[in-house]
Amino acid sequence: MAALRIITDGGQGPDGGSRPVSGPILVIGGGIAGQAVVEQVRDRDSRVPITFLCGEDRLPYDRVSLSRILAEGEDPAVLQLRPDAWYADRGIDVRLNAWVTAVDPDAGTATLAGGETLPFDRAVLCTGSDAFVPPIPGADAPGVEVFRGPEDCAAIAAAVTAAGARRAVVIGGGLLGLEAAYGIATLGCPVTVVHLMDRLMERQLDTGAAELLAPAIEGLGVDVLLETSTANITAGPDGRANRLAFADGTELETDLVVVAVGIAPQADLARQTGLAVERGIVVDDRLVTSHPRILSVGECAQHRGVCHGIVAPIHEQAAVAADTLTGVADSAYLGSVPSAKLKVMGVALVTAGAAAGEREVVVADSGTYRKLVVDAEDRVIGTVLLGDTRGAELLLDAVKTGLVAADPLQLLAEASQATAAELPDSAQICNCNGICKGDILKAISGGDLGSTQEVVSVTRAGAGCGSCKPLVTELLAHARGGAVEEATYLCPCRKLTREELAGRVRAEGIEAVSELAASCGAGRDCGACKPGLAYLVSEINGNQHREERHARYINDRVHANIQNDGTFSVVPRMRGGVTTPDELRRIADVADKYDIPTVKVTGGQRIDLLGIKKEDLPAVWEELDMPSGHAYAKSVRTVKTCVGTTHCRFGLGDAMRVGIELETAMEGLYTPAKVKAAVTGCPRNCAEAYVKDIGLVAVEGGWEVYVGGAAGASVRKGDLLATLQTSEEAKRIAYVFLQYYREHADYLERTYAYMERVGLEAVQAEVMDPAKQEEYLERYRIAKAAADPDPWRERHAPVHPKQFAELDTEPALLPMMPVGPPAEATR
Amino acid sequence: MSFESAWIPVGRADDVPLLEGRSVMVGSRRVAIFRMPTGWAAIDHACPHKGGPLADGLVADACVTCPLHGRRFDVFTGRQVGGDDVVATYEVRESGDGTLELLVPADLMVGAEAA
Ligand code: SRM
Ligand SMILES: Cc1cc2nc3c(=O)[nH]c(=O)nc-3n(C[C@H](O)[C@H](O)[C@H](O)COP(=O)(O)OP(=O)(O)OC[C@H]3O[C@@H](n4cnc5c(N)ncnc54)[C@H](O)[C@@H]3O)c2cc1C
Ligand code: SF4
Ligand code: FES
Repeated sequence: MAALRIITDGGQGPDGGSRPVSGPILVIGGGIAGQAVVEQVRDRDSRVPITFLCGEDRLPYDRVSLSRILAEGEDPAVLQLRPDAWYADRGIDVRLNAWVTAVDPDAGTATLAGGETLPFDRAVLCTGSDAFVPPIPGADAPGVEVFRGPEDCAAIAAAVTAAGARRAVVIGGGLLGLEAAYGIATLGCPVTVVHLMDRLMERQLDTGAAELLAPAIEGLGVDVLLETSTANITAGPDGRANRLAFADGTELETDLVVVAVGIAPQADLARQTGLAVERGIVVDDRLVTSHPRILSVGECAQHRGVCHGIVAPIHEQAAVAADTLTGVADSAYLGSVPSAKLKVMGVALVTAGAAAGEREVVVADSGTYRKLVVDAEDRVIGTVLLGDTRGAELLLDAVKTGLVAADPLQLLAEASQATAAELPDSAQICNCNGICKGDILKAISGGDLGSTQEVVSVTRAGAGCGSCKPLVTELLAHARGGAVEEATYLCPCRKLTREELAGRVRAEGIEAVSELAASCGAGRDCGACKPGLAYLVSEINGNQHREERHARYINDRVHANIQNDGTFSVVPRMRGGVTTPDELRRIADVADKYDIPTVKVTGGQRIDLLGIKKEDLPAVWEELDMPSGHAYAKSVRTVKTCVGTTHCRFGLGDAMRVGIELETAMEGLYTPAKVKAAVTGCPRNCAEAYVKDIGLVAVEGGWEVYVGGAAGASVRKGDLLATLQTSEEAKRIAYVFLQYYREHADYLERTYAYMERVGLEAVQAEVMDPAKQEEYLERYRIAKAAADPDPWRERHAPVHPKQFAELDTEPALLPMMPVGPPAEATR
Repeated sequence: MSFESAWIPVGRADDVPLLEGRSVMVGSRRVAIFRMPTGWAAIDHACPHKGGPLADGLVADACVTCPLHGRRFDVFTGRQVGGDDVVATYEVRESGDGTLELLVPADLMVGAEAA
């Protein structure tokens, strides 16, 4: 009732809820909501003083991604929403450990736990909520945790990874409970989900979907007990909870209990202040509470009888609250459509709006369930997508806008075909941060953004749970006319990640791209991912795969780099940039004989012959009589060197010798993206080793190994991976790193991007671990042994009679060129 | 005198590996011929964007991607995927003895004779 009264009065209290702010704004509560309010107000008013009071001892962080912290053991610090400097830059007085104990709305003061009082013209309560713990006897014992903050994640992880941990129990089979259970299972501890209702996620799912979800969850090694209510929790001799007793008399031994049954809006402060509080703090359509000087946003706010427990509404509320504060007229918050995405690997689940209604259409099979709910006027009011979430954004948008769908089945079908390009600009891509397609496209064109990382950091789309990142990449690729070289999905058409495909290759013992295509369709739709698939198959098979040239880019079919005019460039290997008069003579003769238009010294310390006809390649190679420099491939390219101790008065190490050895050892290996190395004789760095994928630098008494350096499209100084005493040890680490990179990086992900993504510590943990080093070196040797050190030898044994020619041309024939049965046409 | 379109031999079927393309000059044009999983396809060799050699492109079930800047064309309809460009398509067949034959349109016959 109270809610209604306040809505109709529109917050136009004594001194007007929509009077623009005239003094300091106090934002109480440093969660996603508080942060969103601060950002939205600053966007509208760069001067009004803002004091931001965070009750926790850390700056606002992304609570949504706590699941990831639990499952992947990441450091909570990575979740911080904005860097420390952000607040100072925007003149925001942010305070940590600032717990507000009292607010006097009429006087306009707030009192901190420390006793300090702060004046305000307006205050915004963003106090969020606490985990709700039902009154189960024993629920207060140690060993019973909730799942709400970083400390909880730490406690849970510690308990389930402790020696002898046998089982954990999660009470609650909703979104939160399932994510907790998944996290625990990933940590390798058996876990049971105990759920009161007859089906999982009953708030979002109908029976049909829930029946499919249960087995999927169990498939992750999570036991599920439905219709089970916990009578009490008892503790063992050590005082820690170790047994649950259920209403039906059964019991369950456990080492940890996680209570994840829901949340309770944190409204204590509001109550003390005398504001209207029901389930949460009652606000009107302008987010104003029952006192005109006080607004509320986030999980603690109750709007039209609803308290939301997800992020998307927070951003919608924050925008309106900021309008209210800065006096923007006729801006109103009319509520949000509840939507949910399960962040559990391998279980795709998206829901929005009502799970049941007037008319329902369902398309389902053994593993997938797609449902659309429309009301009496054919307006879309809800959707459930399980197993197959294609078109989720389109359908979410349909629910949000109440799209009229006379033929819901038709809409379902269209949605599953929809590509990012076809989404309406209003379609929300990032539900965590409430970012629409339109915003993203604007940012891309406006900021000329070229990588997913950029788009994420600029728009914050994908910065939350991350589940929309692949879509962001898809939008980017489309906006850039397909010009982004990224592989969040290795096969975007079939939405298959590198991990999924690698798993398939291993599981099915796949040895060729065509087998992979037959197995899952990868590479069949647009073909763009075929080179990536070819690399994956070759890497996993230690280069003992079955080579299929149709899966290789033209450069790798003819072992030369295609040019703008369809001719090719030839870069012979010139290890360490060191050559001989004989080689130079041969190069000169070839250039004359085939009147090669351009001979150029490259940035990679070797010589490039450009403008060669495909048909002339075999003859040119024959007469050069030098091995391929792989300048056309995603592979080990060059190792630049300086003269080092051989001639240089400052030389500390024999850069040329070590560089040539390094190149000889690594050449011929294909890599996720090109790998360029350098060996330099002293820190003056004449060979630019600091900015190479792999750089060796001779220092007094040893060698430094740098990785992830770049001086191309982006410039980055390499990370110092290790300092070794001898060049032998330095090269050894380089090989370990190379193999590690070959096995872990996404296709087309240069080392500089990989290091940015994964971080030096993580890499060192693998590469510097003596036991693992041996394993990497073993696989490295196998791959190297099976790699072709010089593909140019195909001039003598072409994989196909027309490998270097068209139907109506012949390759400049060489005497020893066999005319045998075509190796490939027969396939 | 006037010319009529006709089937002329353009090469050996074996010379085009599965899921790859090879080109051939017919009259004044270079035509790219692809061996697709579902049969033969032929389109103009030159990409309408900047003349990229389409026969050298990556081939999927039904389309080829230009090696230069990634324009993508349906090899059966000649339509650009995700764009409005179009390339000409030709009829191509494999005769009993493994010869590839192209149905050369009348307007290309002159050159064809010359060639
Ligand atoms: C020939 C050469 C320029 C030269 O005349 O010096 C060259 C030529 C090309 N570079 Fe490069 N790069 C050449 C040295 C470099 C260097 C300097 C170096 O290697 O020390 C860099 C900066 C270091 C690096 O790799 O980051 C460099 C950064 C790039 C990039 C940016 C890569 C990045 O992620 O930052 C590209 C674009 C790409 O790879 O996607 C690129 C791509 C290309 C391509 C292959 C573009 C293409 O796909 O056709 C150019 C081929 C031209 C042609 O028609 O043959 N090239 N390119 C150099 C050959 C080096 C060699 O001997 O193998
Ligand atoms: C594990 C997990 C997974 C989730 N996954 C998703 C998801 O996938 N999608 C989704 O949309 N949502 C998800 N959520 C929900 C989402 O995280 C919350 O909706 C959102 O974080 C709430 O933000 P808030 O700022 O309103 O509240 P909170 O994050 O609770 O912030 C409130 C802050 O105010 C502080 N505070 C309280 N009282 C005072 C006081 N008196 N003085 C000073 N400070 C005070 C608190 O300490 C707290 O820091 C998830 C939540 C969890 C726990
Ligand atoms: S810098 Fe650009 S234009 Fe020059 S070679 Fe490299 S890729 Fe080509
Ligand atoms: S020439 Fe074909 S895409 Fe540019």
